[in-house]
Amino acid sequence: MSEDTIFELAGHYRFQWEAAQNAYVLLYPEGMVKLGGSAGEILKRVDGASPVSAIVADLERAFPGTDLRRDVTEFLAHARDKGWLRVRPA
Amino acid sequence: MSARPEPGPPLWLLAELTYRCPLHCVYCSNPVDYTQYKEELTTEEWLRVLREARELGATQLGFSGGEPLMRDDLEALAAEARRLGYYSNLITSGVGLNERRIAALKEAGLDHIQVSFQDSTREMNDFLSSTRTFELKRRVAKMVKAHGYPMVLNVVLHRLNIDHVGQILDMAAELEADYVELANTQYYGFAYANRESLLPSRAQLERAEEVTNAFRARIGERMKIFFVVPDYYANRPKACMNGWGSVFLCVTADGVALPCHEARMLPGLEFPSVRRHDLGWIWRDSPGFNRYRGDEWMREPCRSCPEKGRDFGGCRCQAYLVTGEAANADPVCDKSPHHSLITDITARAREGTVKVETKPVLLYRDDETSRRLSAQKAKDPV
Repeated sequence: MSEDTIFELAGHYRFQWEAAQNAYVLLYPEGMVKLGGSAGEILKRVDGASPVSAIVADLERAFPGTDLRRDVTEFLAHARDKGWLRVRPA
Repeated sequence: MSARPEPGPPLWLLAELTYRCPLHCVYCSNPVDYTQYKEELTTEEWLRVLREARELGATQLGFSGGEPLMRDDLEALAAEARRLGYYSNLITSGVGLNERRIAALKEAGLDHIQVSFQDSTREMNDFLSSTRTFELKRRVAKMVKAHGYPMVLNVVLHRLNIDHVGQILDMAAELEADYVELANTQYYGFAYANRESLLPSRAQLERAEEVTNAFRARIGERMKIFFVVPDYYANRPKACMNGWGSVFLCVTADGVALPCHEARMLPGLEFPSVRRHDLGWIWRDSPGFNRYRGDEWMREPCRSCPEKGRDFGGCRCQAYLVTGEAANADPVCDKSPHHSLITDITARAREGTVKVETKPVLLYRDDETSRRLSAQKAKDPV
């Protein structure tokens, strides 16, 4: 993963806000992952167009005073390993 | 009476749109008296059910049956499901799916299709379903892939096909399945009526697991394989429905709301119809959905069992079917005083393959059989 890597949601996954869970969730065939607050904030910004650097910058604007680069890249790697995200083909 | 804790949301809505089905599978989990429940919900009624369940917090929606493609409003229901924010799953035999309908379902926003196969051979597939559908299912599987859906192939396992697990997995790989569910038969409905013929031997089961594990190691991540173990060979019960009235809500073709697809068989329980009640009341307050919530209802050995929070005493329907009393421990548990009712059957499960040529005696899921079994049930309820 580099600054320029662009992630998108893997096929068959849907990301949405669930009022009943008071959380963002990922839906997939016959299942659901309830996301913690920061995971939700990161995935909300994964749009298949923004590179990692833009996601980090946007989060640092939303939550000023924190260095989020490491947290964000670690979570994105985790989400990729889980199969939730894939790298958008160049 | 102590205050009941408010139940969480029903995460799963299973919409059994119709009991009509072109197949006649001998292991069908539909109630054997399905012919008694004829008056299907209208499109408008289903749309209301979808809205109300979504308001309660349901996210996963299964369109099931019978064969859900028998309903020509499936596309309209799928579109509303998408609009409401469901993740929708079509659980189908494939019969009735064609290019026009799959394109319309995709357009409507259906998320996922699961196609069932009966076996890897035409002979057994067609024998078990009493139809000629094998080639059609192969075409449908390819169509599902071609339309960009993940291909989920489901095969119900039992004594007549479990020795073909290797070939079934080869077929799944050839059809480029993304997920394969090898689901051992659960003994309800027609499967219960055919239990003696369908239960595999322990040796068959162990071989099938070995073959599956070897295949899984070979194919890796390309195809995910789920092997659902038959609970008759377990020592502890399944956490059925993750607990009664906990996450699962089923609405039958004629509008009865159930905490599991089989619960309708339980005597002395009145399950509410969505025609007369809203789902909020049904889920939170109806006596049927509260009957086995929590653990107040439990008897020994469940009541004092340290594992009761894990498996909730197993399955109420299985307890009723096998022991005659739904509040008993699920008899697959080896702590149950009725456990020998299960081990007697597994001990009888004969070794060796039953072949089509030997014409095993099986009850097919068809209207005539259903009417006959309904009449029997009316005379002798258990």
